Amino acid sequence: MAEPLPDTFPRLLLHQAKVRPDRPAFREKDFGIWQTWTWAQVADEVRALACGLASLGFERGDNLAMIGDNRPRLYWAMCAAQSLGGVAVPMYQDAVAQELSFVLQDAGIRFAIVEDQEQTDKLLEIRDQCPQLAHILYDDPRGLSHYARPGLQSLDAVMQAGRDWHARKPAFFLEEIARGRPDDVAVMLYTSGTTGKPKGVCQTHTAFIRAAESGCKFDRLRPEDNILSYLPMAWVGDHLFSYAQAMYVGFTVNCPESGDTVMIDMREIGPSYYFAPPRVFENLLTQVMIRMEDASSIKRGMFHYFMKVARRCGAEIIDGKPVGLADRLLYALGDLLVYGPLRNVLGMSRIRVAYTAGAAIGPDLFRFYRSIGVNLKQLYGATETCAAVCLQPDRQIKFDTVGPPAPGVEVKIAEGGEVLVRGDILLKEYYKRPDATAEALDASGYFHTGDAGYFDADGHLKIIDRAKDVGKLAGGALYAPNYIENKLKFSPYIREAVAFGPGRDRVCAFINIDMGAVGDWAERRNLAYSGYADLAQKNEVYELVRECVEKANAELAADPMLSESQVHRFLILHKELDPDDDELTRTRKVRRGLVAEKYAVLIEALYSAGKTSQFIETQIRFEDGRTGKISADLRICEARTLGADAARSVA
Amino acid sequence: MTDVRRIGKPILTVEEISLSFGGVKALQGVSFDVREHEIRAIIGPNGAGKSSMLNVINGVYHPQQGTIAFKGRKRHDVDPHEAAQQGIARTFQNIALFRGMTVLDNIMTGRNLKMKCNFLQQALYWGRAQREELEHRAKVEEIVDFLEIQHIRKTPVGRLPYGLQKRVELGRALAAEPTMLLLDEPMSGMNLEEKQDMSRFILDVNDQFGTTVVLIEHDMSVVMDLSDRVVVLNYGRKIADGTPDEVRQNRDVIEAYLGVAH
Repeated sequence: MAEPLPDTFPRLLLHQAKVRPDRPAFREKDFGIWQTWTWAQVADEVRALACGLASLGFERGDNLAMIGDNRPRLYWAMCAAQSLGGVAVPMYQDAVAQELSFVLQDAGIRFAIVEDQEQTDKLLEIRDQCPQLAHILYDDPRGLSHYARPGLQSLDAVMQAGRDWHARKPAFFLEEIARGRPDDVAVMLYTSGTTGKPKGVCQTHTAFIRAAESGCKFDRLRPEDNILSYLPMAWVGDHLFSYAQAMYVGFTVNCPESGDTVMIDMREIGPSYYFAPPRVFENLLTQVMIRMEDASSIKRGMFHYFMKVARRCGAEIIDGKPVGLADRLLYALGDLLVYGPLRNVLGMSRIRVAYTAGAAIGPDLFRFYRSIGVNLKQLYGATETCAAVCLQPDRQIKFDTVGPPAPGVEVKIAEGGEVLVRGDILLKEYYKRPDATAEALDASGYFHTGDAGYFDADGHLKIIDRAKDVGKLAGGALYAPNYIENKLKFSPYIREAVAFGPGRDRVCAFINIDMGAVGDWAERRNLAYSGYADLAQKNEVYELVRECVEKANAELAADPMLSESQVHRFLILHKELDPDDDELTRTRKVRRGLVAEKYAVLIEALYSAGKTSQFIETQIRFEDGRTGKISADLRICEARTLGADAARSVA
Repeated sequence: MTDVRRIGKPILTVEEISLSFGGVKALQGVSFDVREHEIRAIIGPNGAGKSSMLNVINGVYHPQQGTIAFKGRKRHDVDPHEAAQQGIARTFQNIALFRGMTVLDNIMTGRNLKMKCNFLQQALYWGRAQREELEHRAKVEEIVDFLEIQHIRKTPVGRLPYGLQKRVELGRALAAEPTMLLLDEPMSGMNLEEKQDMSRFILDVNDQFGTTVVLIEHDMSVVMDLSDRVVVLNYGRKIADGTPDEVRQNRDVIEAYLGVAH
């Protein structure tokens, strides 16, 4: 590009509206039809929103909260806030009222834009605790016509006021955008907080634009690309892909009709650029496998035959490695008969680049998508680094690393193994938390990620665990709980696992079975069950899980560093770990300390040799906020472990 | 936005309705009225005559005695299609959908009365038929959006769980843009969450479209929360009529539900 691109998001929007006014910028499926807004229209809408906010008294430096599913107007609201020199604060739409309350108070939110009645109700519920919250503006008026509350009004009304404002002060909007500086804070993303309260990560325009730029150039993204925005807007990944990169490149952002229709919408849109956490890929694969089990025998036979071919040579073909002619021909046939139709069903026919991040992805899972011709890659990053630290380059894909550092990013491994990052993409600060900022950003400008990892021979980064979680067993062997848990979770039957071990002589674990996969498995065996708790305690299920654990043990045993970390005893929990019970974060990471505290008796039992079951009573919270108690007698099961010699012969 | 939910004058008045099947007296001299925009519940123990009353209102049964006045027009009896033309739509206790058809098509059948084109025009999908189809489809999409069933739009109804089928049936009734909606046990066989959803939809229908709702329901707590006024039937007779609070304290009602203390 000849001239440098604009340096703030509002200016990027004006740029896109000038360069490609008639290209689709946003689509949203509404009343069954995809509605389209061009870049010129989006610029218009953002202006109406910004002027409307100004008419309500939104000022430079104000924080604007947005709570809801991925809706075009919520994305535009981010840009509107930034146009006025404000900061966008997207929040998790599935957070309960109390969690929202903390962020609203912490960020001193005066203006909140919400999607619908559900979110409005939540805010009204906690309004007493957040006296500074003066304006609640809703996108979808349904069910809200009788809510006469001060400061509550529809976004339509605000935008109309904005249009009137613009008619009176036509220069206002552009003047405000001209006042913005690239090092202003553009967005504040709250970290989910595996420990302690969430912290607001302040990112400047420059940081996100640099992050977007490096990703876009790296993967040669084009204005013709399409993405589907369905991940929480408060998540850094969505902000990078659906907002920063879309603004930077000018590609089209598609918003699904509702959370339940994502699969259907994905097929209709056929995105060319796609991003999902491993969990989503896993669910898709599980669905495919379940449907294949029900298919006719010819189809099933064909599927399994060609999947074997794909496993043998699919990943090599997409990586451009040499593959024999016979396999190439077979793969081409398989593409015609199986892979192509399968990609179509998954809505992945047009994908050029797909990324996964946020958690470790199982090698089998990763290989599956690559072998059917989906260019799935991994990236590594955090909220504090605009998500873009390491990216896997095309054709240099490894299953257990996250690739070399992205252009313009410097990565260093500290003494203790912690990964340190430096570059334009780093956070400016944690909002109102100089103590935390000082802890995370050191004097030489490195951000301490808190992850432990190392570079392999090719300069690709390999992440093993959170640095603080890495510990030692009583015998002195290295212990990386996430690494163990991920090995367990790579089994389709295990949804969640929590390992215990530091300071003890061996590793034990809690298991959550995957209700969908195990339920289906049980049905096929005519195994009757009444619900999760019942299914989890079946002997047959324990056997199934024991096999999975022993498989993970075999893999752990093969790694000389981690062979001591094999799981000796495990139990299957009587309830699913749930963010509503504070056991998981909103991004579904296990809150290790809380779980250990809550289930202390169970851990005790795991480490009492000879004990084969333990009674437990647990309080749970239902979706509507009520609480109840469940109790169960949990069985404890031994798993076979392998000695170092045996492992070598297996490997 | 104007307030559509202002309870007005009686829109439906039934007077001295008696209905018998041979020797069985299903209804005996029942009178009550339903006001515009209100949610009116008919409750009572099994066999009290609730469904019969609903069937009389929309013309499935023809009472031997009594009159019905809907929108000021007094009548002795009507046929169901006349009732539909006058703006009365209903759902059924045991779901009556076309199981092999998709959700969209099922709801589309609710638009049947509003379609003006003849069979041939529709078959050729030409000119006016095409315009009409688009209009109706747009209306159906509004209902799909309203009931939050986008994800099952193209799923055959027979494959849906019970709670969703009930919702689709409500959708089909709404497609006729009724003035009055008759709901026959809209929440039977549902779990708590489904009941809450359904209650919200009924309130929303009433609230947003101003539709008058007459519903039969077994679940007392639901009725008491939803309704503006309640009629209680027992053995074909009206034993109480009033606000939920009044009805709750009525001695006859307590006896009918809990049995008489001897």
